[in-house]
Amino acid sequence: MSTSHLTPADFQPLQSSVSGQQISRPSLSYWADAWRRLQDNPRAMASMGLIAFLLAFVSVGPYLWQVDPSVQDLDQIGIGPGADRSVTLAPPFQPWLPEQQSTILADNAMGLTLTMPATTQAVRLMWARADGVRYRLYRNLFDPSDTGSFGLPLAELDRSYFEDRLDLQAGTYFYSLVMLDANGAETATAITRTVNVTRVISVAEAVERGLIKTEAEAQLGQELRLAWHPLGTDYLGRDMLARLMYGGQVSLFIGIFAPLAFVLLGVIYGSVAGFLGGATDQAMMRFADFVVALPFLLFMILFKVIFGIGPGESGIWPMLVAMIILLWPAPARLVRGQILQIREEGYVSASRLLGGTTSYVVGRHMLPNTLGVILVTMTFQVPSAIFTEAFLSFIGMGVAPPTPSWGAMCNEGIKSMLTRPHELMFPALLISITVLAFNLLGDGLRDALDARMRGTE
Amino acid sequence: MLKYFAKRIFLGLVTIWFIASATFFGMHAVPGDPLAGDKAMTAQIRANLEAKYGLDQPLGTQYLIYLGNIAQGDFGISFTQENRRVNDIIREHFPISATLGILAIVFAGLGGVLWGALTALYRNRWPDVVIMFLVILGISVPSFVVAAISQWSLVGLNLATGTAVLPIGGWGTVWHMLVPALVLGLSTMAYLTRLMRSSMLEVVSTDYIRTAKAKGLPATQIFSRHQLRNAILPVVTVLGPAIAGITTGGFVVEIVFAIPGLGRYFVQAIQQLDYTVIMGTTVFYGAFLVFMVILVDLVYGFIDPRVRVEK
Repeated sequence: MSTSHLTPADFQPLQSSVSGQQISRPSLSYWADAWRRLQDNPRAMASMGLIAFLLAFVSVGPYLWQVDPSVQDLDQIGIGPGADRSVTLAPPFQPWLPEQQSTILADNAMGLTLTMPATTQAVRLMWARADGVRYRLYRNLFDPSDTGSFGLPLAELDRSYFEDRLDLQAGTYFYSLVMLDANGAETATAITRTVNVTRVISVAEAVERGLIKTEAEAQLGQELRLAWHPLGTDYLGRDMLARLMYGGQVSLFIGIFAPLAFVLLGVIYGSVAGFLGGATDQAMMRFADFVVALPFLLFMILFKVIFGIGPGESGIWPMLVAMIILLWPAPARLVRGQILQIREEGYVSASRLLGGTTSYVVGRHMLPNTLGVILVTMTFQVPSAIFTEAFLSFIGMGVAPPTPSWGAMCNEGIKSMLTRPHELMFPALLISITVLAFNLLGDGLRDALDARMRGTE
Repeated sequence: MLKYFAKRIFLGLVTIWFIASATFFGMHAVPGDPLAGDKAMTAQIRANLEAKYGLDQPLGTQYLIYLGNIAQGDFGISFTQENRRVNDIIREHFPISATLGILAIVFAGLGGVLWGALTALYRNRWPDVVIMFLVILGISVPSFVVAAISQWSLVGLNLATGTAVLPIGGWGTVWHMLVPALVLGLSTMAYLTRLMRSSMLEVVSTDYIRTAKAKGLPATQIFSRHQLRNAILPVVTVLGPAIAGITTGGFVVEIVFAIPGLGRYFVQAIQQLDYTVIMGTTVFYGAFLVFMVILVDLVYGFIDPRVRVEK
C-alpha cells in the first residue's frame, strides 16, 4: 500500500457542515429550577407576598404609625375600631349640692330623673323617695329586662339622690332603681331608665392632651376630636395598631430566629454524627432520642422558670434559648439520615476518587444536596415556633408584660372577649395569617425543592 | 419480637430516668426558695421544714432519695397545698385529663380518617375543596382562639334558645366534655385529614387496587377492604405523637373551659413554684408519653405484619 499521495492537507480537520444537537437554552441550576417551579405555584407566591407584607408591617409600620405602644389613652379605653371620638368642651367638674337643687321629677313610677345631661364627668339622678324606704341602684351596659338580671348593685341608699362618677364611658347605660322592703329584700317596685352619656372634656384637660393649643381659643360646647386609633385600644387604653406592630416584632423574631438557630444546630450535630458514623453516631443519636422524649411544652415552661425573668426584662431570650435546647434533635435526625444516604451515592465516591478532600466533598456535594430538605423543615418550624410563643404567652409563661406579643395580646383580649372582641380578634387574626402563610410557603418549597416528596401534599 | 419490645421498654425506662434527672437538676437551678414565703418565720421552723422535705441534705443525697422515691412511685408532698400528696393530685385530676384526651383522640381519629377518605374520593371536586379549606383553617388558628370562639358561640347558642343547651364550662356530665374534646382534637383532626388524604391518593394508584377493580369487586368493597385498611397505616403511626400533643394541648382547653384536669394544676403549680408538684407531673407526663409511643408501636405491629418481619 502506498501512502505517498497523502499531503499534509489531508490531516486538516473537516469543517463541520451539520450543526448537531445544541443546548439552545442556558442550563438551569438546581436553585434556578426550584425558583421557576415556585413561581408557577400561585399559592406559594401569594404566601410569599403575605410574609413580605407582615415583615413590612412590623418593621416599616412603626415608622409610619409613630404611636408609642405603651402610652395609655385614658379617654378611650377598650374602644373598638371606628368608634366615635368626638368630645365636647365643658366646664370643669363642680361638686353637686343636691339638697339645694329643685328638680321637677319625671312622671314615671318612682320619679327617677336625671338632674342634668349625663356626661362622662358625672351622672346625677334624683327620685321621689317614700319615707324611711331604702333603695338599691344598679347600672348595666345591657337592658336588664332583656337579660333578666340586674347584676351587681352600684349602691344601697336611704336618700333620694345619687351621683355616679365611677368609670363613665361615652355610650348608653341602664340605671335601675329597686325599692327594698323593711327586711332589706328587693320588692317588685323597680324602674329602669336609659341614660345616654356624652363624652366631655374640660378646657384644661384638652390643652394638656394637645387637642387645642391655648385656653384662649377654646369655646365651651365646642366639638373636638380625640386621638385616632384605627384598630381601637386595649383594656388599658393603649393603641392596638401600634401594639400589633411591636408585638409582631416579638412574635416574628421568635418565629423566625428560633427555627434558624435550632435547625443550624441540628444540621451541625446531625452531619457530624452522620459523617463520623459508627459508635459515635450511635451515642450521639441516643442522646438526641432522649431530648426528643422530653415533653416539649412542660420543659419549655420549666426552662422559663429556671432562667427566670428579672424586672424590666422581656423574657424573649430565655424563650429562644429554651426552644433551641429542646428542638434541635428533629432536624439533626433528618440531616443525619440524609448524610448517611448521600455518603453512599455514586457522585460522592466519584468526587473522592478524583481527589476531593473531606471538606470539599461535604461542602460541595453533601450539604447542598440536603439544603432543600433543611429549608423545607425550617419553613415548617416557623408556624410551630409562633404557636409555641403564642401558647406560652397565653398561659402567662411567655414574654413578660408590658412587652407586647401577639400571644400575650390574645391572653389579655380573651378576658373581655364578650364585650370587646376586637382585642382578641386582631392578634388572633395576625397569628393565623402568619401561620397560614408559612404553611403554604412550606408546601410550595417542598414541591419545588424535593423531588421525592413532590405531589404527596 | 419480644426481645425487640424488651429493648424498647428498657430504653423507655432510661428515657424516664433522663427526664427525671433533667427535671430534678433543672428545678434545683431555679432561683428562689420554696420556703421563701411566709412559712418559715423563724430559723427553727425553717430547719424543721427543711428536714421535713429533705432539703437539709446535700444535693447528691437529695437526688438519690428522689430517684428512690420515684422508683417506688412516690412523688412527695405538695409544697403549697398542705398535706396533699402529689400522687393524690395526679390520681384525682389525671383521669379527667385522660378522659378528655381519649375523647379528643377519638374525635380526631374518626374525623381525620373520614374527612381524609372523603377528600381523596372527591379529589378536586367541591367536597375536597371545602374540607381542605377547613383543614388549613384548623391548622392555622391557634387552639386558644378556637376554644374562645367556641365558648363564645356556646354562650350565644344558650342565649338564643333561652336554655342551657350545652354547659359553657366545668366538668361532670358527658355534655360538659363534648365541646372541649372537639376543640382539643381539632388541630390533630386537621393534620390527620391531610395525612389520610395523601395516603389514600397513594393507595388508589397501586397495583392491588387495579387488580381488585379488574376482578370486578364492587367499589364499596374496594374502598372498605383495600383502600381504607391500607391507607390508615400512616395515621396509626402518628397517633403516638398526636397523643403527646393532645395531652399537653389540654392546658389551654382546661383553662378556657374551667376543667379541673392535671394540666390546669401543672400551670398553677408553676405559678406558685410548687416544686414537688412540678417535678411529679413532669415525670408522670414524660413516662406516660414514652409508654404511649411504645404502645402505639406494639399496636402497629398487629395492624401491619410487615413491621414485625422487619424488626
